[in-house]
Amino acid sequence: MIATFTAGTSRRGAVLLAVLFAALLAAPLIVNDYLLTVLIIILYFAYAGQAWNIMMGFAGQLSLGHALYLGLGGYVAAMLFTMYGIAPWLGLLAAMPVAAAAGALIGFLAFRFRVAGVYFAILTIAFAEFARIGFDNWNFVNASSGLFLPVTQHAHNDLWRLRGDPAMFYYVILGATAVIFLLCHFLLRSRTGYFWLAIREDEQAARATGIDTFRYKMIAVMISAAMTSFAGVFYAFFYNNLFPEQVFSIFRSIEIILGPIIGGVGTLFGPVLGAFVLTGLAEALSSALTAFGVDLPGAKQVFYGICLLIVIVALPNGVWPPLARMLGVGRSGK
Amino acid sequence: MTALLTVDGVGKRFRGLVSVDRVSFAVPQGAIFAVIGPNGAGKTTLFNMIAGAMAPDAGAILFAGERLDGLTADAVCRRGVARTFQIVRPFPGLSVEDNVVIGALLHRRDVEGARAYAHDLLRRLDLFDKRQRIASTLTLPDRKRLEVARALATGPRLLLLDEVMAGLRPTETDRMVAILQALNRDGLTILLIEHVMRAVMALASRVLVLDHGVAIAEGAPEAVVRDPAVVLSYLGAEEV
Repeated sequence: MIATFTAGTSRRGAVLLAVLFAALLAAPLIVNDYLLTVLIIILYFAYAGQAWNIMMGFAGQLSLGHALYLGLGGYVAAMLFTMYGIAPWLGLLAAMPVAAAAGALIGFLAFRFRVAGVYFAILTIAFAEFARIGFDNWNFVNASSGLFLPVTQHAHNDLWRLRGDPAMFYYVILGATAVIFLLCHFLLRSRTGYFWLAIREDEQAARATGIDTFRYKMIAVMISAAMTSFAGVFYAFFYNNLFPEQVFSIFRSIEIILGPIIGGVGTLFGPVLGAFVLTGLAEALSSALTAFGVDLPGAKQVFYGICLLIVIVALPNGVWPPLARMLGVGRSGK
Repeated sequence: MTALLTVDGVGKRFRGLVSVDRVSFAVPQGAIFAVIGPNGAGKTTLFNMIAGAMAPDAGAILFAGERLDGLTADAVCRRGVARTFQIVRPFPGLSVEDNVVIGALLHRRDVEGARAYAHDLLRRLDLFDKRQRIASTLTLPDRKRLEVARALATGPRLLLLDEVMAGLRPTETDRMVAILQALNRDGLTILLIEHVMRAVMALASRVLVLDHGVAIAEGAPEAVVRDPAVVLSYLGAEEV
């Protein structure tokens, strides 16, 4: 599992990645609007999963409350846009520090008072729930009635203000996914990345090796939170609405982490692959159920759940590690 | 020789149980110093206090003139005291090489420099050919040497070894003894807790005997093993 990313990307891996990226670049020219929307959702999950993976996959800190950073990102940028007309890219400059500060607060409380493992995960859920209930009752952000972004008729795409057609949103999220992929690639090969792996593998041994674990866990949480906030900004401007009940919901947190878990926690390709597998699976199930004339409510969710179970039981380290071996892009090892 | 490490009246109790009772000793610069004693004598507790894993209730620990007691384990390591664990704990999912690279990065910024240094250490500890293996797949003797390599990579002046010989076969013990002697010749001071008397006799220039948390003897290994109190409490009929 780990060897595949500590090895340094092989040439073959780089070639495969280039082919995949080229295909994704060309996709809007080929696919219809429906498929393009599916691809946008896939890349959104790939991006958010990658951001979550920094904390869990690299530094070993399980967050089940990443909806907090998603929601904060979305709300900060959307409020700045609706109230002051500030463009989302500038809004992002405010959203990232806000999310990082929230992550720092949770991290400080947890790491200072030795809240670890499952209890840490519960703490992250608690803060996301605080935010959900808080925003639901906060009139400044329209409370439970939600925040709507003005949808104007646009003759051309306005990239600066993120107003435009699906193809524009597609390229934005594709670019972001590429950026976070490269960021994670370099982080993993950095001094900080090695220290994170040490903490993930054995925190006490990491301390005995001289690593200030508090400091490096804080760095992981803050980077992860800040990067996740962009997914929230994207979400807000793509869907044009924000409801606390939805954006801070635990289901948002869970759906973000399914991709990396299915793809392979701690790997670089896992979150990307997982997003394709999961969304692809959901779409395939929808088509299959329609084709067979099954019209039972919840049938899709049941099949989806069964498929996930099978993947997790058969490939507990995720789909990527065995696939990497098959493609000959990983290194030997687990 | 001046003392690199001074343990002065250090004590630790767990509830009512006195684990270490006002123990004092000094490890000279360049020495190999052994702490022996029966199970439950407080050796590992003493060791953990020096390494910063737990704080003593009483006394002071000085390393190169600086107080170590009260510092956290990572701060102790950064000051030049590296340790191994009685039950080995290399980073299990990482490669042998990466385990040592992490140690080497403590006082280095660039990963490639750390890797080059890690390679040197892996050669010294006979692990170079296994550097791509995942640590958890190694045999126990290999994992023990890997822990020593990782500890050395942090550039310590004092190396703390907690029963590094336990579970090794005699030939492996001799190999470890040779490695430690070579490191010592290069100027490394070593404090070891050890059960394997064969290794203690071969390595240590000075031995401290703990029993029920109390230091009952200290001196050259040959003298200590003939001390009647030591024989009674610990060595018994074991051949030396």
